[in-house]
Amino acid sequence: MSDWKPTACIENLHKRAAVLALIRQYFAERQVIEVDAAVLSQCAVSDPFIDSLEVSFRSYPEAKAEICYLQTSPEYAMKRLLAAGSGSIYQMGKVFRNGEEGRFHNPEFTMLEWYRLGLDDNELMDDVERLVRLVLGVGPIRRCTYNSIFLEKLGIDLLKTSTAELAAVMRQHVEVDMGLEDRDAWLNLLMSHVVEPLLKDEPVFVTDYPSSQSALARIKENSTGELVAARFELFVGGMELANGYHELTDPKEQQRRLDADQLTRQSLALPQRPLEQRLVAALDYGLPDCAGVALGVDRLVMLALQVSHIKEVIPFAFRNA
Amino acid sequence: MGYSANQLKNGLKVMLEGDPCAMQDVEFVKPGKGQAFTRVKMRNLLTGRVWERTFKSNESVEGADVMDRDMEYLYNDGELYHFMVPVTFEQYAADETAVGDAAKWLKENDTCMVTLWNDNPIAITTANFVELEVVETDPGLKGDTAQGGSKPAKLSTGASVRVPLFIEQGDILKIDTRTGDYVSRA
Repeated sequence: MSDWKPTACIENLHKRAAVLALIRQYFAERQVIEVDAAVLSQCAVSDPFIDSLEVSFRSYPEAKAEICYLQTSPEYAMKRLLAAGSGSIYQMGKVFRNGEEGRFHNPEFTMLEWYRLGLDDNELMDDVERLVRLVLGVGPIRRCTYNSIFLEKLGIDLLKTSTAELAAVMRQHVEVDMGLEDRDAWLNLLMSHVVEPLLKDEPVFVTDYPSSQSALARIKENSTGELVAARFELFVGGMELANGYHELTDPKEQQRRLDADQLTRQSLALPQRPLEQRLVAALDYGLPDCAGVALGVDRLVMLALQVSHIKEVIPFAFRNA
Repeated sequence: MGYSANQLKNGLKVMLEGDPCAMQDVEFVKPGKGQAFTRVKMRNLLTGRVWERTFKSNESVEGADVMDRDMEYLYNDGELYHFMVPVTFEQYAADETAVGDAAKWLKENDTCMVTLWNDNPIAITTANFVELEVVETDPGLKGDTAQGGSKPAKLSTGASVRVPLFIEQGDILKIDTRTGDYVSRA
């Protein structure tokens, strides 16, 4: 039996520790304080395509189980802290996503999430860029809107392209069996299967996501008067490394989006899970104007060490854990 | 037997659009905010076509009854190629489509791999290296073992390969069947 051994070599784990120390130093120098909010909760993320791991809590061993959920990001808890007056904060710790296992995915992984008061999505990108350049030693990071990256990499003008045409372009690259009713599904497919791999040689911030993919970002008007999400993603080495928002602070809109997610879950026969109403209550109390971002720390370490599988940077990958 | 998207892996044989296919490269793709997919590079075992297909996480795919067996090549009857499983003496006949380019390297009594789909041969894979006799080539140039230059030679199976100038009719040559290149004298 040699499967007791770590999936990452000790040298990589030493380098990983150095990256983690660098991150903590970066935030300490900027008076962003570390928090360690709960990752076990009675509620689960609403996002239809992020599946939470369920765990059974029992008051005593023979008691009936209360189903709880391992958090897929510390976002809800951190926003409650922000509303309570925490100031700018970061959390670096384990989060859990059911079913996610592959070269760039482990169901248990380390997420760095931080919120800066008074910053918008553009200013937060500056912050992300400083940290990423500090760790990876890369040059300045280009910013490109969602529409223009599709134009640049696929020659598609999204404003003039029907969903059927998107599907046709997708099928030129990779065949797939999927209906045409969900335009965002096709956009996501093209982004993840075709555009993302083409970004492997140059780090890029993709900005101004379609408003239909806003998640918890506020909606803004872009330079051409189109309504877009104040959301960005950072791609490095062809990997999705970070996802950030100028945060939604409107409690009514927050409630509407939670409910809309739940309806989407229902229509796709996905599990209905308890929505985090305490998040809405916190926004109702008042979330300060802020921008926030989540960054995959394991992937950042993969890039720093130039390795191709996530198991090479975590002590025990899922199947060996 | 059906497989769900998360059970897909390299080497798995499945049925797609009525044809048996082999999976060559399997990758989990999951954008932070989008659906999960399993992206697979596939090879159609009947046509050899290689293409990419991505599967939704809730999609399932039918397994294909495909099996690789080592067999001894017996003979060609003018139309079909006959093979035998050495231990059980079971015999299989493969047509030209199934044999394909492997025909160039098939020597009687050599062992090769026969791919069976529903117990019918659909592909033949010869060993990486085979030894075949030269039946026709220009006379060898004595002493010219180091210099470059090559000439065509016809082998006992009918295949034609480029060989160094010193090779003689009747020589036994080692050939790399993956490239069709001469390697050395056997």
